[in-house]
Amino acid sequence: MVLNIKEVEHVAGLARLTLKPEEKKEMVARLSSILNYVDKLNELDTDKVEPLTHILPVNNVFREDKTEPGMDRELLMSSTDMKEDGQYKVPKIM
Amino acid sequence: MNLWDFPVYLLQHKLQSGEISSVEIVRAFRERISQVEGKVKAFITLDEEGALREAARVDQEGGYTGLAGIPYGLKDLICTRGMKTTCASRMLEDFIPVYDAFVVAKLRETRALLMGKTNLDEFAMGSSTEQSAFFPTRNPWALDRVPGGSSGGSAAAVSAREVPFCLGTDTGGSIRQPAAYCGVVGLKPTYGRVSRRGVVPYASSLDQVGVLAQNVRDCALVFSIIAGHDPGDTTCVNVPVPDFVSALDEGVKGIKIAYPREYFALGVDEEIKAAVMKSLKKLEELGAIVEEVSLPHSEYALPAYYLLAPAEASANLARFDGVRYGYRDLEADNVIDMFAQTRGTAFGAEVKRRIMLGTYALSSGYYDAYYLKALKVRRLISSDFDKVFASYDLIVTPTTPTPPFIIGAHVEDPITLYMNDILTVPVNMAGLPAMSIPCGLTRGLPLGMQIIAKPFAESLIMQAAYAFEQNTEYHSMKPELEV
Amino acid sequence: MGHEYETVIGLEVHVELHTKSKIFCACPNEFGAEPNTHVCPICAGFPGMLPVLNKEAVELSIKAGLALNCHIAEVCKFDRKNYFYPDLPKAYQISQFAMPICQQGYLEIDVDGAPKRIGIHRAHMEEDAGKLIHQGAITETLYTLVDLNRSGVPLLEIVSEPDMRSAEEARDYLEKLRAVLLFAGVSDCKMEEGSLRCDANVSIRPLGEKKLGTRTEIKNLNSFRSLERAIEYEVNRQKERLEDGGTIIQETLTWDEEKQVTRSLRSKEEAHDYRYFPDPDLVPIHISRDWVEALRRNLPEMPDQARERLMKEQGLPAYDAAIISLSPDYLAFFDACAARYSNAKVVSNWMMVELNRLLNLHNMNISECKINSNDFILMLNYIDNGTISGKMAKNVFEEMFATGSSPDKIIQEKGMVQISDEKALLQLVRKVLEENPEVVRDYKNGKEKALGFLVGQIMKVTKGQANPGLVNKILKETLTEE
Repeated sequence: MVLNIKEVEHVAGLARLTLKPEEKKEMVARLSSILNYVDKLNELDTDKVEPLTHILPVNNVFREDKTEPGMDRELLMSSTDMKEDGQYKVPKIM
Repeated sequence: MNLWDFPVYLLQHKLQSGEISSVEIVRAFRERISQVEGKVKAFITLDEEGALREAARVDQEGGYTGLAGIPYGLKDLICTRGMKTTCASRMLEDFIPVYDAFVVAKLRETRALLMGKTNLDEFAMGSSTEQSAFFPTRNPWALDRVPGGSSGGSAAAVSAREVPFCLGTDTGGSIRQPAAYCGVVGLKPTYGRVSRRGVVPYASSLDQVGVLAQNVRDCALVFSIIAGHDPGDTTCVNVPVPDFVSALDEGVKGIKIAYPREYFALGVDEEIKAAVMKSLKKLEELGAIVEEVSLPHSEYALPAYYLLAPAEASANLARFDGVRYGYRDLEADNVIDMFAQTRGTAFGAEVKRRIMLGTYALSSGYYDAYYLKALKVRRLISSDFDKVFASYDLIVTPTTPTPPFIIGAHVEDPITLYMNDILTVPVNMAGLPAMSIPCGLTRGLPLGMQIIAKPFAESLIMQAAYAFEQNTEYHSMKPELEV
Repeated sequence: MGHEYETVIGLEVHVELHTKSKIFCACPNEFGAEPNTHVCPICAGFPGMLPVLNKEAVELSIKAGLALNCHIAEVCKFDRKNYFYPDLPKAYQISQFAMPICQQGYLEIDVDGAPKRIGIHRAHMEEDAGKLIHQGAITETLYTLVDLNRSGVPLLEIVSEPDMRSAEEARDYLEKLRAVLLFAGVSDCKMEEGSLRCDANVSIRPLGEKKLGTRTEIKNLNSFRSLERAIEYEVNRQKERLEDGGTIIQETLTWDEEKQVTRSLRSKEEAHDYRYFPDPDLVPIHISRDWVEALRRNLPEMPDQARERLMKEQGLPAYDAAIISLSPDYLAFFDACAARYSNAKVVSNWMMVELNRLLNLHNMNISECKINSNDFILMLNYIDNGTISGKMAKNVFEEMFATGSSPDKIIQEKGMVQISDEKALLQLVRKVLEENPEVVRDYKNGKEKALGFLVGQIMKVTKGQANPGLVNKILKETLTEE
């Protein structure tokens, strides 16, 4: 296995995903097999290759500094019930 | 011929000639849906009544320009103001956007009629529509088989004649592969040709909205409406949109077509190879110059894709944290647990796998080995295409290595499933336009041929596809759904 | 016996760019609105929403870079910085990691009368997060409310080199940085509204040691005073720790304003793994040299240039010139006054003593001050022509500051005209001398102090309106005559 359960737990922590014990086991196996597969890329020498981050030869797309009023708050916040005094409500941070 | 069997351009013609009304069209499709939807299960949300009301309005206004009065379906990750947009996920099961995607606004403007939202693999992550959190969609040609994915609902709906056209999205083949599996035409435009605004992203550098329709002409008609600049998407390029429809008749005489040998290896079924080679012969007969070429890095596109797409997805799907919309875990007593339990509960298995994979590929210590490596390979793949396109106008390949498979066949084996995209993924990596058109049947199942062009040369693709279509009968084949 | 240590400080400063709209959407960039009223689906991170970059944010960043003597990048890009927090709607912040817009600049501060260069490592654009309102103390709260008005406000993060060697230098650097950004019109730099925020990286090392010590990062420094105090506290804490044979742990601290101590927020082990990668939603920015030069040409006078001018053209001492050139509003007031008054030093004195005292007392900015330069000069003229005394002028000034009235009106209403009538004063002097024969005797016996008492008595009788110079003169003459 390329990955062990500890690493899976660490990555799940970074990704904020609660995984059940059986999900973790499955993840170890599945991710390991995918990582084995993608190892194929190491057949290629890419030392001198420039990474391709933007496929389009386009740059400098801007908007002018003009304002529009925010969206109606009722409407914007209609997608959740967890709110109070016009603010989103979340459990305590610590 | 039933009204629901007509392609877009004929419906348009009948509306314009006053032969039928839009209300009649919608009623016909409503009837058809009631007959076949129970078997195909292409739709997550249907709103025939809404479409009917709109149809009445269009009939009253008259002047059937553009797509006025024509019903359609939308892949359910394209946001619709006031209509649920679920992404086939428990996470967004009840999510009603307060905005339309740019392409939806365009279709509303032309007064096309939204019939409903089609099924997909959750957040477009899959190649079979089995990863929908709600139900799998079935292939209208063989109900025990997958329609492909992730735009499987859209392809199946067009194939089953539930709507005359649909919009889908394509990140690694998600329009072309289901189009091939369902025997319809699917166009994945150049990256940057169609606005992504309001389309829930899977991998932002690869995603593109496109069309699924019965034939090339319909595709061109719809594409003319959705293509074009959107100042709200900085990756949507401000270039002229040609008249795709009038270019259709220009034929393939003198057009240089390349077929890359790697696309006829890579575990591609013999029947498919044969069907595509036969199609190439046909194109040659029609005046095209057909030659073999090499795209040497083809086999590396898929592994690179399975790093880049999940990496982008891990960030794109991070916003689903339960705070402002979507599912929220109400048990957790602190915010960190709330995030993790919300996401752990409401995302499906494949989504979680890809988020994990992408997070890992970007994480400290692995970035260079995985993510950066994949970006470099992306450059090599793109350069391969550049070299071929320096001397050729089009590239033709099979769309998929196999015909549609039995539902459940690959559930336990993601890599075999991923292999389905092996012929379509390189196109997304290079940002190119491509179309899949029907090119044959094997054991009663449809096969697809992929035509690829240079950036923004969709017109040339459709021109060749149309010439092929006009001289073959594949596009008029349709599944025999028992009613 | 304790070792001698050297303190090493670097500052990370976030300033909100002074644009009309947010960095990636058209929502207003305004402080103090009702919660979630300057919010749209883009800055609230709704699915499918895309950012479009505000050109003004780029231009202000270039201006800031030029004012900070930075190299402006030919090409820069945005990255996604991934972390989960309820005030960060997309769960990633759009920021610049690999290719920032500005690099390798510097600022000069004054250390012991000599200029010292503080290096600017880099400055990059990013979007601000929203604001959390904890119901009660953060540790005891049951739930937290989220306001996204600030989400998507454009920020420039300016990272200095670790070039500062004392809390005072850090403070001077921050003051200078603020001045430069104010002059360049990049930000309004209001620490109290959070449009200028500062984190400090602090370490110590034995004097002469080349290697840097382990650093701690102090967050939540929201005033110049807390910056200075927190650094002083932290340096002492680190010294004590090392003296006790301990080691410094690399950690993130917060400054507890109430208890005046630093407290640990998280250690390095818990540090984030931000998983930066290029944001595919935003295309690269190519900054042509023509663009940079056009912005450079439009750059207004900077604090250093202003200081030089005040010294050269107005003859101000270096100290006065430095203080006055810390804020463009302050400088504008000075310039307006000095242009129509012969003695710049008098203007500077009044501004640095009386005006500053009142501004600090009322916690006000000069732009909120009701006194205009015309009235201020008028008041100075009244002192010069003897209409009012310097002491009376202070009262007049206070009244001008409080009400914005003209000095004419105040002097008239309060009957504050100075008594300069020699005959009247002579009568008063005689009366006071008669009433205080013992003091007169003391004076004649050589007690110079006695004179001051007698002046004071006359000022008391006249309620301070007697011309003090004249009183002195008449007193001396009368005492000699007797």
